[in-house]
Amino acid sequence: MTVQFPALALILLFPLIGVVFNMFFGFRSGRGVVNVVGPGVMFAAFAVATWAFFTLLKLPPGSALGAPLWGWIEGGPFHVEFGLRVDALSGVMVMIVTGVGSLIFLYSVGYMAEDEDFARFFTYMNLFALSMLILILADNLLMMFVGWEGVGLCSYLLIAFWYTNPQFAYNGRKAFVVNRIGDAGFLLAMFTTVATLGAHGVWTLNFVELHNNAALFGGAAATAICVLMFIGATGKSAQIPLYVWLPDAMVGPTPVSALIHAATMVTAGVYMIARLGFLFTMAPSVLDLVATVGAVTALFAATIALVQPDIKKVLAYSTISQLGYMFLGVGSGAYASGIFHVMTHAFFKGLLFLCAGAVIHALGGEQDMNKMGGLRRKLPITFATMFIATLAIAAIPPFSGYFSKDLILEAAYESGHTWLWILGVITAGLTSFYMFRLIFMTFFGDSRVDSEKEHHIHESPAVMTIPLIVLAILATVGGWVNLPDGMLWGNAFVRFLTPAVGTFKPIVEANLASTSMPLIASIVGIVLAYVLYIRLPGLPFLLAWRLKGPYDLLLNKYYIDQIYNVVVTRPLFWVSYYVLDRAVDSYMIDGTAEGAGLAVLTSGQVARRAETGNVQHYAFVYLLGALGIVAYYLFLVTGR
Amino acid sequence: MIPLSYMMSLSAIIFAIGVAGVIIRRNILVMYMSIELMLNAVNLAFIAIGSRLGSMDGQVIVFFVMTVAAAESAVGLGIIISSFRNRDTVHADDLTLMRW
Repeated sequence: MTVQFPALALILLFPLIGVVFNMFFGFRSGRGVVNVVGPGVMFAAFAVATWAFFTLLKLPPGSALGAPLWGWIEGGPFHVEFGLRVDALSGVMVMIVTGVGSLIFLYSVGYMAEDEDFARFFTYMNLFALSMLILILADNLLMMFVGWEGVGLCSYLLIAFWYTNPQFAYNGRKAFVVNRIGDAGFLLAMFTTVATLGAHGVWTLNFVELHNNAALFGGAAATAICVLMFIGATGKSAQIPLYVWLPDAMVGPTPVSALIHAATMVTAGVYMIARLGFLFTMAPSVLDLVATVGAVTALFAATIALVQPDIKKVLAYSTISQLGYMFLGVGSGAYASGIFHVMTHAFFKGLLFLCAGAVIHALGGEQDMNKMGGLRRKLPITFATMFIATLAIAAIPPFSGYFSKDLILEAAYESGHTWLWILGVITAGLTSFYMFRLIFMTFFGDSRVDSEKEHHIHESPAVMTIPLIVLAILATVGGWVNLPDGMLWGNAFVRFLTPAVGTFKPIVEANLASTSMPLIASIVGIVLAYVLYIRLPGLPFLLAWRLKGPYDLLLNKYYIDQIYNVVVTRPLFWVSYYVLDRAVDSYMIDGTAEGAGLAVLTSGQVARRAETGNVQHYAFVYLLGALGIVAYYLFLVTGR
Repeated sequence: MIPLSYMMSLSAIIFAIGVAGVIIRRNILVMYMSIELMLNAVNLAFIAIGSRLGSMDGQVIVFFVMTVAAAESAVGLGIIISSFRNRDTVHADDLTLMRW
């Protein structure tokens, strides 16, 4: 059942107002106005989203709110509407994006207080929010793609926000190009969808109609579409093999990393797969692929995060790793578990990035954890909130991460992916190890801060700490919406989502060993981190020296960037330069165009010799012409 | 009574002489005279045919042609004189500015 709810358009309208205002009037109206308008429109959108969400909660399960806005593309039988739809799935997502988004916008006011380009920053941020909300609220694939591209663009703009640094601008382009590869998959998947359904006379990209016509997809078509969609998801959500852009994206302002590269945009791939869950369920081989890629990415990124010295890099690889968990969840067929982790991850990872931002801010731009330490007394609020977030990501009960990560690993186990479950458990241990390493290196031990920065250290202003505290509360209680079966309200979140994303049938029974293993792994990780970084602080260096080979391998991120450089980038540049630029462009295309011009010029050079300027030559030719005409009439027309 | 064919033949011969003069002779003044020859050859043909058909039209046209020819030669001679004053030549081969 779909209930008309035109106010959904307001959720898009508010960020749009923010974009237009900040773009055209932001700089002139000054920092004070922008600081109100930028976050203000987000809070307004959040208010409308909350209203919509609670309206949805009152409706019977499985219903949705709809707001068809206008017809968009009319092409014979094929038509696409610009329409919004909020069901349980998009309702949860829109709450995450506007809610966490509002807090991060508020935090940005403090973080960007010194930056001259505040108007441009908030223009991009509002534009991002608008695109992300289009992506989520879209009721059809094409509109979702508009948002998909929009968030990619904003990601590029914000990574390269400080564009005067060539390296930052390069990283922005890298993110954009890598995302484009994934986008091509998304596009091809849409073409395949239209072609497959069109062959049966159904011309639509609307999610509801796609779902109703799911039977028309054969196994092969469903598999092809799902593989292509998953390629799109690996690009946007930073999974193997397209994850390489996310660590480099950390050069953007930290609120950007928190909002785009942790809480919202990178989860778009998970959302998209959950949205098309009915299709993925028809292609079990692709689901297995999704789960495998997710689990391998989770482990792979977690190992890299173990040794990174840069605080934001650790968090970036941690994000990739957590996204891997989400893909493991949806790949196991338990879409609700993936979305649950999207939500809790938005809380604790958004919080972690904001805390990291507060630390970096306090230390005047320092990101190297080797130059931190002992900050817990100087930054008490940051320390407390970051510690809560770390407990959440390390999946310690009762913090939120425990419930979502447990649900995913349980789903992986129950769906029979035992090997992937083992990878997930190992990753859980690694996660708590590298996160507590971060905490211990940053906040405990002796201070290793440069002496001239030492006395500048200060706690952040209230505009930054309030979002931290709110997010810390959410990171603590956020997981309680889905408790284990039989406890209080039980698995309310999964029950709420099930009508929208379908349910999942376990084939293996979970047992006490399988449910307690992740927690044991997490605790082992914490203890190891404690031993290595608090009790025996010299040991990590000894280990790094003794295990130099593996250590360097991890420190250099498995040399993946270098391998891609040799295998993909260099050949691509070579082909682009020598084949496409030199041969095709300069030689063939320019040659054709310039050749045509040259041919005219050369023939003109020859033909102009006929123009002697001597009137008698013209008269002679004229005579010949006159004679010719006379001859024509005499001999041909009159026939004599 | 002179036969029409004689008249037409004479007209054609004079016209051909005019054409040859325009194309072959290099002096613009002589070319002008050749053009006058061609005009008068045509006039002759008009008169002859008009007389043969018993119509006044041929004679009327001839007067028109003579009037126009007079005006044209006045202009043409002016150009020739101007050219001679400025370029010191009335030779067609030397007056080839209007090219390329």
